Amino acid sequence: MPREGILIANPYERITDKQVQQIHRASLEMLVDPGLICFSKKAAEIFQSNGAEVVAVAGAEHPQWQIKIPEKLVTEALDSAPKTVKLGARNPDNALIMKGDEPRVYFISGSETNIWLDVDFPTYVKKSDHSVEIEVPEFHPRRGTVADLCQSAHVCEHLETLDGYIRTVNIQDADITEDNKDVNKFFASLNNTTKHFMSGLTKLEQLDNVVKMAELIAGGKEALKENPIISFITCLVKSPLQFVADTTDTFIEICRRGLPVVVSSSPQAGTTAPIKEAGIMVQINAEVLAGITLGQLVNKGAPMLYGSVPVRARMDTLGDSYGSVETSQYNIDCVQMARFYQLPNYSTSGVCDAKIPGQQSSIERLFSNIVVTLSGPQFLHCAYGLLDCNAVFCLLQAVLDDAHFQMLKFFLKTPRINQPELAETMKQIREVVATPQKLYIHYIRQVMRSGEISAPYPFEGDGESDGVFALAYQRMNELLARPVEHIDPETTARIFKEIPGLLPRLNVYKEGK
Amino acid sequence: MTEKDIIERLKENVIQGRKNQDEEGIDEELSGTPGVVELTRLALEKKISPEEIINALTAGMTVVGEKYASKEYFIPDMLASAEAVGEAMEILKPILEAAKVETKGKFAIATVKGDIHDIGKNIVAILLRGAGYEVHDLGSDVATEKIIEFIREESPDYLGLSALLTTTMTEMGVVIEALKDSGLRDEISVLIGGAAVSDDYAQEIGADTYCPDGFHAIKVLEGMKKRKVNTAI
Repeated sequence: MPREGILIANPYERITDKQVQQIHRASLEMLVDPGLICFSKKAAEIFQSNGAEVVAVAGAEHPQWQIKIPEKLVTEALDSAPKTVKLGARNPDNALIMKGDEPRVYFISGSETNIWLDVDFPTYVKKSDHSVEIEVPEFHPRRGTVADLCQSAHVCEHLETLDGYIRTVNIQDADITEDNKDVNKFFASLNNTTKHFMSGLTKLEQLDNVVKMAELIAGGKEALKENPIISFITCLVKSPLQFVADTTDTFIEICRRGLPVVVSSSPQAGTTAPIKEAGIMVQINAEVLAGITLGQLVNKGAPMLYGSVPVRARMDTLGDSYGSVETSQYNIDCVQMARFYQLPNYSTSGVCDAKIPGQQSSIERLFSNIVVTLSGPQFLHCAYGLLDCNAVFCLLQAVLDDAHFQMLKFFLKTPRINQPELAETMKQIREVVATPQKLYIHYIRQVMRSGEISAPYPFEGDGESDGVFALAYQRMNELLARPVEHIDPETTARIFKEIPGLLPRLNVYKEGK
Repeated sequence: MTEKDIIERLKENVIQGRKNQDEEGIDEELSGTPGVVELTRLALEKKISPEEIINALTAGMTVVGEKYASKEYFIPDMLASAEAVGEAMEILKPILEAAKVETKGKFAIATVKGDIHDIGKNIVAILLRGAGYEVHDLGSDVATEKIIEFIREESPDYLGLSALLTTTMTEMGVVIEALKDSGLRDEISVLIGGAAVSDDYAQEIGADTYCPDGFHAIKVLEGMKKRKVNTAI
């Protein structure tokens, strides 16, 4: 049985059917005029051999081609792209089944950050009264390591609301190189979670090693096809409308191998996309359609997700502003576009501008998490633990996010209003009204223990004290102390024997561990 | 059922908060079996002493208190258990009176004039009954004269006054002044509670204490002496 996710009964829609159609038509027009600049020779050849108009750009510093994608190719790609995509997992009960026309939301972590944020709680003494001491959380940023990635996957394994795992931190240990980064990040993650694992690829040359590792874990080539325990995310189109050479080549190879892949685009309204909603929507939709078309030309029926990571620019720095309200609007529009194509959607929420956990972080992430979830994307990259846009990961924040999602999941439960329920409660009302105290307390207890009443906020302080961070930190350490199901010793031994570049310290069965 | 069984089941049913056989409690297996009311009657039929019955009820409430403290139980659980004990005490009342056994005390409780909010007052009443007090609930929006009249006639040991509103809390002071005018103030402890009032306000109007909730009231009462001796029950 796959994970249940949360089915949105009546998904929130921002734009009308007519506006969806308008964006669709305008996107098709954009794919022809101006079309895309393509820096990948392979992609240019694929488009050309399938009837697209491809013209080499003369005099450019890097080889590039102007590509005009006719509507017919896009329509055929939209027909052949699977409408249901399965993302498997080491534990088959953690598989995710995503249907493009079903607004069933799965909550996923991510993305890859460079900075890991540690927290401790130094004690401060009140100047005017030395008998008063308080503990105040302090956050310390440092470069992420493979040990951090293991910890993060470990905790995410135990976060109840989290359905799948996107690697959270870029591993930057001294012994990690461009050549061994991929195998180590995949192994560190897969060995510490039995949930689905998604990642980008650093180096195309490592793709086969990564796929082989996944085959060993899944039980063979066919078993991996049946239960794709890994998937990839690629941002092959750089905004505006440019196929990037290396990522596009990586994307082509992933499609050839038939593993699930996200066709992602991340335009920034104001700089790499128009600041107006209509403009960024037309552009991002055209960019994703271009990627999907390429993928289906490479391998008809290859599983892929409509990936959207639109963002508005900050006016003060022209950096990303994921905390802006418009970012959620764009994401919801994209959810609707993907649903129009009946393709499973990778969407984004919960990314905040705040640099440390706190009130700003909570407000920004909770706002977008609620509104984007309500629109019903299938794969919601909702940024457990992510801070400072996508620069910082904090495990404590991920634990706090889990509490937010428990509230959200409870809120989205199907209302239980039906005849038997009404009859039972009407009987209660009649009984209670006839008593002198007129209290319904008697009827609470059974319901309280049936899970029908939402749990209190788990990090509630006593009285007027705010113990949120300290309690979440305690919870984080409890989760770290809880064991995870590692890959079995025999498979681990094979992986270490057959896959080059793995760090010996990641072998949990090695002597001395 | 042996006497030992009855005593054990009494305690268990208090823990489960099962007033009578129709209630489900927490453990579904107990559904349909005798609750505290039936077991108390059965115990009396079997000539088990009221003291032994009260000990079983108290032992059950002690466990409930522990479970509440450890957050396994919540207030609805406490109230269900307290209500079950309260019912048992009602059954035992004539026997205790006949035996001239002194109870913990007589407690009059009311929401003051002008205030119809009685949830808090009702909850406190249930908890106090469960703790073994003889509770007389005078109702909500109760005129000061009615409270004074009750105290004069029934001589309760304690008076609990409740008010939710800032506009009605002043009526508590009126009641205390009326007690003084009637010469009854020294004979009764006055406890006040409700969202609008505080420790400071209790001092300001001359109440004996402020109780933020029913549990606090029980704790405070344990440390208070009944003002009058040989109170009849």
